[in-house]
Amino acid sequence: MVEKSVAELENLVLEVEHQIKDVEGACQKDGVDRSVELKVLRERYEALHEKLRSRLTPYDIVKLARHPLRPLTADYISMIIEDFVELHGDRHFGDDKAIICGLGSIGQERFLFIGQQKGKSTKERIACNFGMPNPEGYRKALQKMMLAEKFGLPIVTLIDTPGANPDIGAEERGQACAIAENIYKMCRLKTPIVNIVIGEGGSGGALGIGIGDKFAILEFAYYSVISPEGCAAILWKNGENASEAASALQLTARDLLRFGVADEILPEPLGAAHKNPRAMADSIKAYIVRCLKELKGIPIEDLLESRYNRYKRTGKYLELG
Amino acid sequence: MVFFRKKKDMPNGLWVRCDGCKGVVYKKTVEERMFVCPDCNHHFRIFSKDRLNFLLDENSFEEFWENMVPCDPLHFKDRITYPERVAAEQKKTGLKEAAIVGQGKIEGKPVMVGITDPSFIMGSMGAVVGEKIARIAEKATELRLPLIIISGSGGGARMQEGVFSLMQMAKTSAAIGRFQDAGGLYISVLTDPSLGGVMASFASLADVTIAEPRALIGFAGPRVIQETIRRSLPKGFQTAEFLLEHGFLDRIVHRQDMRKEISKLLDYLQNKK
Repeated sequence: MVEKSVAELENLVLEVEHQIKDVEGACQKDGVDRSVELKVLRERYEALHEKLRSRLTPYDIVKLARHPLRPLTADYISMIIEDFVELHGDRHFGDDKAIICGLGSIGQERFLFIGQQKGKSTKERIACNFGMPNPEGYRKALQKMMLAEKFGLPIVTLIDTPGANPDIGAEERGQACAIAENIYKMCRLKTPIVNIVIGEGGSGGALGIGIGDKFAILEFAYYSVISPEGCAAILWKNGENASEAASALQLTARDLLRFGVADEILPEPLGAAHKNPRAMADSIKAYIVRCLKELKGIPIEDLLESRYNRYKRTGKYLELG
Repeated sequence: MVFFRKKKDMPNGLWVRCDGCKGVVYKKTVEERMFVCPDCNHHFRIFSKDRLNFLLDENSFEEFWENMVPCDPLHFKDRITYPERVAAEQKKTGLKEAAIVGQGKIEGKPVMVGITDPSFIMGSMGAVVGEKIARIAEKATELRLPLIIISGSGGGARMQEGVFSLMQMAKTSAAIGRFQDAGGLYISVLTDPSLGGVMASFASLADVTIAEPRALIGFAGPRVIQETIRRSLPKGFQTAEFLLEHGFLDRIVHRQDMRKEISKLLDYLQNKK
């Protein structure tokens, strides 16, 4: 039997999805019990998804992480956070829309929320600079993080950026300095921090809000030192080798878990987060609550020590003789 | 040892062409001036060992952890494998890795020193560079000595070590953080080129930041920016002078004055704790 391609599998999934809907519709109309039929269809649906999932290449996952319908930070804010109070501005230059900051709560848990925002419509995307923050975005995040530290609020960050903005203005205003300062301060911030990669974890731009005590990544998100396209352009001298580069970079959630960089993978609903944003949001919400409860019980000095060691232990090297 | 461009039309070894003014200059004069062009003051790229010789008192340098070599955690292969690339770079440069760290003296004053060498895989930071920089910062904290790190990195984080190299930005920044908390003096010296992950971590976190004239310094490389914005970059963009003008450097210091200037800073900024 010839293996089906990813596209063929996707079509089959859609077909079965429609069949399920049809049967469900029919049940509602005439009230006849078709549970056996439905069970068979649903099992088939899940089996197909499982097959599809196992066939995804790292570059397919990168494309899923960038999917135009993928839920973004703003979607999760509205689905997860109660009483969100947005806080703007870096007090130096401006208000970068690529990073949203604000106070929020989930039940009893209150926290500072920071998330990178890409935008959905063309207008939004341009306003958010496609999720590529400028130095003022990192400085805004830092200013709010200092506020959280002062008032004893934990911090939750959602990471979703292709990378920090590479342009003239960003360099003039000290992009490297801004990111360095954030990493440096976050390593020592006397309050618990939870990081979750929800889409793209693009290099230093992601790390600029990506230091913490807990690190989770969505199943079809990625986190990498360089974009597969950028890596291919440098090492293969050809951007068309992006798929090979994505494999070589080992940037998927599974890789990060294996490397000990991520603590946990948050599984995505069948067909990825955009197929069922609500289910994805619930799972993120549960993770946030669980982490905040756990971290609250740890004395801050111990927390800072283990945060330090979390980074100190990463990376392999050999010492000869 | 210096990155003199090999030009076929150059009479062997006596003359070099300056990358700055494109003029032909007498090699010996350039060498005597610490590889700085006598006509236009262009600072040639030099090897880390030469820099240490220029900066430190004679025979005062003791290298630490010199036998640390990279692993290949991703089994990375592009057109060649990562171990092949490392072996080739080791052969080319005589270095084991891009960073050298250790202890030395400047006009009799003991200091901890780290340096990254752009001739070794673009001076990019993998696990060895990250670990060495973090360890030297820890050692400086423990011994309460000033820390001087000379950066030269066109690559930033090392792609071949994937996300592990990204984590070195966190590792080095965290170690510098502890050093700062303990009240240590950290001087960062930026040389041509200092870009990417190195600039977005330890190189930008000093008490005093100085650079050599006209060194290329920034976050994104100029080619990446040009390809993104699709127009030409302003003259002098991302040079040391550009950074000074925008408030990101304390001083620009000529290579021949570097040792004297750093010594003066060490005198002024002594730890009174």
